[in-house]
Amino acid sequence: MITRNFVRRNHYSDSVSLMLLSSKLTKMPGVIGAAVMMATDNNKVLMRRSQLLLEESETASPSDMIIALKVEGEEMLAEVQNVVEDFFSKTGRSANFTENDPVVRTQDMALKMFEGANLAIISIPGRYAAREAKKALERDLHVLLFSDNVSLEDEKELKKMAVAKGLLMMGPDCGTSIINGYGLGFANAVRKGGIGLVAASGTGLQEVSCIINKHGGGISQAIGTGGRDVKSSVGGIMMMAGLQALSSDHDTEVIVLVSKPPDKPVLDQILEVAGNAGKPVVSCFLGAVYGKVPDNVLTVRTLEEAAIRSIELSASNKGLHVEYPASGTRIREVAESGSCSFRPPQRFLRGLFSGGTLCYEALLLLSPVLGDIYSNIPFEPRLKLLDPGKSIGHTLLDLGDDYFTESRPHPMIDASYRVERFEKEASDPETAVILLDVVLGYGSHPDPAGVLVDPVSKARTSALLEGRNIIVIASVCGTPDDPQDLTRQEEKLREAGVLVMPSNAQASALATAIISMGR
Amino acid sequence: MDMTGINDLFDQPLVVVNVGLKIFHESLKTQGALCVHVDWRPPAGGDPKILEILEKLGS
Repeated sequence: MITRNFVRRNHYSDSVSLMLLSSKLTKMPGVIGAAVMMATDNNKVLMRRSQLLLEESETASPSDMIIALKVEGEEMLAEVQNVVEDFFSKTGRSANFTENDPVVRTQDMALKMFEGANLAIISIPGRYAAREAKKALERDLHVLLFSDNVSLEDEKELKKMAVAKGLLMMGPDCGTSIINGYGLGFANAVRKGGIGLVAASGTGLQEVSCIINKHGGGISQAIGTGGRDVKSSVGGIMMMAGLQALSSDHDTEVIVLVSKPPDKPVLDQILEVAGNAGKPVVSCFLGAVYGKVPDNVLTVRTLEEAAIRSIELSASNKGLHVEYPASGTRIREVAESGSCSFRPPQRFLRGLFSGGTLCYEALLLLSPVLGDIYSNIPFEPRLKLLDPGKSIGHTLLDLGDDYFTESRPHPMIDASYRVERFEKEASDPETAVILLDVVLGYGSHPDPAGVLVDPVSKARTSALLEGRNIIVIASVCGTPDDPQDLTRQEEKLREAGVLVMPSNAQASALATAIISMGR
Repeated sequence: MDMTGINDLFDQPLVVVNVGLKIFHESLKTQGALCVHVDWRPPAGGDPKILEILEKLGS
């Protein structure tokens, strides 16, 4: 076994591209470990921890790139280097653009060349992000700030500045928005319509907009705010600004608000603004405890309910046939047809989520029935997994959380870790049911269901040979017009023996029913 | 709060400046949106000390 480092001086590439390359190299036969990273202090710590960093690379500077490899033998190095060269020739800086695209280095250059630019998407390391976002606001651009690791002080300052200028400041840590019909970040291809969304939750926005699409409704605008917006420290600045803008938007008939529970004073303020919207507002603050709500505000418990109620309230969609979420009876029927008796000690549910809000919603729906559920994002501190790498009892994991994404790509982009973890959970004799979300859309993995087919089939076969029966339940968040095609993705999962439900809420309900029946 | 600026955006053609991840630029082009990609690099070669000095100088 040999460890080698190659340092490329002054060669910058974004972290997502490099993590995807690292993941690709790690999967090659004969490669024990691989990391391709910019040589920042933090990245060097990660490489040191994985025993991939050699002393000779310690002096590399943040503008250098380190390719660190641990391989079985010298002969592997050439093969790995070919893959690296091929990757950079295809996706390197020269391949960032089509032939007609100009090479632009700064926002100012971009604005000179592109008159009429009105929105900036910023997705650079957090340390630099606020500065770049401020620059964009100063130039009267609306901003979607995808970057995280931006301080609360900076977030508040940027949002105040935006509101003073009448601009959108979506984020930091805003994963998705739909503006004028275009999906920004990780968004889905949904039809246009009369329902406007403001969401402090990326996958929450995706789930609601996809279910609206599924039932024949459409989206006017969907404004992401970043998860911290509804905390007292930020004060709901952008949720209220978005709500006001949608109130006066002539294409928006109904407004849907989506988030984990806002801090109480912020909730009260948001509801006050919602009360003056002059149109119906559906409030989906998952798990929130409401006091009195204004007459035009309807509170709902799940993302699916938010979608369906908003269609019912949307004037342009009146007359549409809305298929209600499955009743308890229907869920029990599916549970009875899908479940067999579990073999002791099989009794636990394991959930592997790529969407944080989908994991949160499942926790919310499952906890009252199943009792204690461990997680890396639990409701109660005592249920926090000390080691998220190992499940205990019923466990639901948000695999997009920092713990899992510190040195690997987000599971919506690269499913490698989820597949690895799925195999681990499926081979655990205590596991009875595995619950998954599959998130489609622009920017997401090109075939997220496809990568699950083999592991699911193999795990179910191995379990059966041992006299166990593993039930796998999934819901797919997407639309038929997404690049991955919702219908095809659902078919692939069904062919592998997965019970596919039409929403995360229904998948959670089915998991509860099956676990309860198997007790 | 005067949010007419946001309502104006809803009535205009969307023209995006993408600073950072290429996948977002590619996704917008696939959707047929107007988008220019900024090939962003860390200022001061990512050196925190030089960056701090530059920030103090206001550049």
